[in-house]
Amino acid sequence: MNIYRSHVLICGGTGCTSSGSNKIHEEFDKLLAEKGLENEVKVVQTGCFGLCALGPIVVVYPEGAFYSLVKVEDVSEIVEEHLLKGRIVDRLLYREDEKSNEVKPLNEVTFYKKQMRIALRNCGVINPEDINEAIGVDAYQALGKVLTEMTPEQVIETILDSGLRGRGGAGFPTGLKWKFAAASKNDQKYVCCNADEGDPGAFMDRSVLEGDPHTVIEAMAIAGYAIGANQGYIYIRAEYPIAVRRLQIAIDQAKEYGLLGKGIFGTNFDFNLEIRLGAGAFVCGEETALMNSIEGNRGEPRPRPPFPAVKGLFAKPTILNNVETYANIPVIINKGVDWFKGIGTEKSKGTKVFALGGKIQNTGLVEVPMGTTLREIVEEIGGGCPNGKKFKAAQTGGPSGGCIPASLIDTEIDYDSLMSIGSMMGSGGLIVMDEDNCMVDIAKFFLEFTVDESCGKCVPCRVGTKRLLEMLEKITSGKATMEDLDKLEELCYVIKESALCGLGQTAPNPVLSTLQYFKDEYVAHVKDKVCPAGVCKALVNYHIDPEKCKGCSLCSRKCPANAITGEIKSPFVIDTDKCLKCGVCMEACKFDAIYKK
Amino acid sequence: MKSLAELQQLRDQISQQVVLRKDREDGIRVVVGMATCGIAAGARPVMSAFLNEVSKRKLSDVTVTQTGCIGMCRLEPIVEIYMPGEEKVTYVKMNEEKVARIVAEHIINKKPVAEYTVGAVQE
Ligand SMILES: Cc1cc2nc3c(=O)[nH]c(=O)nc-3n(C[C@H](O)[C@H](O)[C@H](O)COP(=O)(O)O)c2cc1C
Ligand code: SF4
Ligand code: SF4
Ligand code: FES
Repeated sequence: MNIYRSHVLICGGTGCTSSGSNKIHEEFDKLLAEKGLENEVKVVQTGCFGLCALGPIVVVYPEGAFYSLVKVEDVSEIVEEHLLKGRIVDRLLYREDEKSNEVKPLNEVTFYKKQMRIALRNCGVINPEDINEAIGVDAYQALGKVLTEMTPEQVIETILDSGLRGRGGAGFPTGLKWKFAAASKNDQKYVCCNADEGDPGAFMDRSVLEGDPHTVIEAMAIAGYAIGANQGYIYIRAEYPIAVRRLQIAIDQAKEYGLLGKGIFGTNFDFNLEIRLGAGAFVCGEETALMNSIEGNRGEPRPRPPFPAVKGLFAKPTILNNVETYANIPVIINKGVDWFKGIGTEKSKGTKVFALGGKIQNTGLVEVPMGTTLREIVEEIGGGCPNGKKFKAAQTGGPSGGCIPASLIDTEIDYDSLMSIGSMMGSGGLIVMDEDNCMVDIAKFFLEFTVDESCGKCVPCRVGTKRLLEMLEKITSGKATMEDLDKLEELCYVIKESALCGLGQTAPNPVLSTLQYFKDEYVAHVKDKVCPAGVCKALVNYHIDPEKCKGCSLCSRKCPANAITGEIKSPFVIDTDKCLKCGVCMEACKFDAIYKK
Repeated sequence: MKSLAELQQLRDQISQQVVLRKDREDGIRVVVGMATCGIAAGARPVMSAFLNEVSKRKLSDVTVTQTGCIGMCRLEPIVEIYMPGEEKVTYVKMNEEKVARIVAEHIINKKPVAEYTVGAVQE
């Protein structure tokens, strides 16, 4: 086998692909061939490195030079200088601090230092489209060990003992789920993987599938052996074309290598795997709706019990686990239960991947041990809110979760701590809000999402969430009374108790948690008719500060509604009746004379 | 793939490749001077010879990299070898035959080949 002296890793995650990493890949191939370096330098397309905001990312080994914001024009310099002459291209190196200009080794950069990559261990390390590379980093070793050295009971015991809990939302112990399914006697059982990832802003599962698809395939085969199933389905949304393609390539390669199919590793265990595409409805991530959808029926939930472990897909015993849950399984088998149990908190073991989004410097993907504080994630790894703004709250659990206010920033995040403060882990979306966000508006945003995504099967969710949204709209337009606030809260509890599935049952959470921590903001909208953050349009008016206005007339020329009048060199005024609240004038003014109130 | 042993064999073969992508401070570094002067003097075959030896002997803790002009152009091709805890050894006027000996004696048996080093050649 040819040994290359240098490896160029180009991020092929969704973020970097959309900022043009394919073109960069082509350029490297072309220039390396021109210089006759193609047998010395290997170019590898990998999964996401996590620092998507600074993509496209290119990493050159053995030096470990981490280049960020690389452009096609930069490639020739990297080839000429770094790959040909061994001089690292300093100006392209990632710097966490613009001012000090200091370049640190990757494992010392704050973004990575506090992280611990288990589920993402191979993302950004291997070429996901080449099974050989996956095998080089231990893929299928755990499956081999399980099939040749362990009984199904021992596998289940191991997973139970590890304390692994589902990463898809509720945090149910994975080993227990497998145990129930194993106990259901049937000649046909199924193993399913939930790659629906409907939480807006979340992309953890997509990144695992794009960066390391074999880990999910391997884990599903292990699960199949443990519960006695020989058929698996991966349910993935069609909006993830790169993930779907890499997954299919990985399945085909695994079949070719005999790692899927009949008599794996010469044992009598057979396992097959197929992909099922979803149309991207949020409710299809709910387990019973997902199974309906795989069966070819409408993606609607059905009441439980019976639970899938007893009567699931095609009415057969079935387990459904999340992508990230599966990604932990092979490592637990390889490294052992004690190692895994040593990470995390008392009741939440291991790590959790979060998709950082919203008002945060380093938007991207991070994986941290359970028990890491919100402060460490937001301020250290995430680099804080941009433009020196003040952190106000973070939303976890997406539309089913709640917010964590700044006063609780030192909460050590795990399943139980989040529950106790009225939020939940969810699948791992973490949206950061700063002082410019209105919390009522945030609640409204999530309610709009659930109203759109409610499948309509049950009344509390179909009608109830619609009413909730209308009440929020009444509040943000300044027409609500204090009585409405009480009704709002009451309706939340009614929906929580009576909706059929998790979507409806959790839909009021964003309202309840913002009410809990930011009641004063609601009250300000209702009583004082003001939006303290200056977001809700109906409650803000634009004004010109006569002290600051220099009378340049720029704003009045820009205003689409001709709402600004005045004489040159003396203060201008806005006619609030005519004003459309578009904000153009505020952006235009060079003297910061225009403000919202 | 019919057995776990077969998989493990394949893994060991490939991990040699992928190990390059780990950030590490240990391990042996072979640095070949590859500026214009080095390449003109024949640094490229020297570098390839190192790569071949490393792969043939499965030396997974050795990385071969290149650098710019080391500053003694008349002695090119020049190769520097960094071993953990040892002082850097500089070999000059390198060629493919010398590579084989350096790998066997210096990298594997930890005894630098004195007669090829910069000190010996300059005298
Ligand atoms: C409305 C709704 C949407 C859900 N969406 C997802 C999803 O996108 N991905 C996921 O893994 N689990 C989702 N879940 C949770 C699943 O129903 C199920 O609990 C999970 O896939 C089980 O896997 P785990 O035990 O490995 O977490 C959703 C649940 C509800 C109620
Ligand atoms: S709670 Fe909502 S999504 Fe769930 S079944 Fe009822 S209407 Fe459908
Ligand atoms: S906010 Fe828009 S409409 Fe209102 S005064 Fe400014 S530019 Fe005119
Ligand atoms: S997609 Fe490239 S770093 Fe995330």
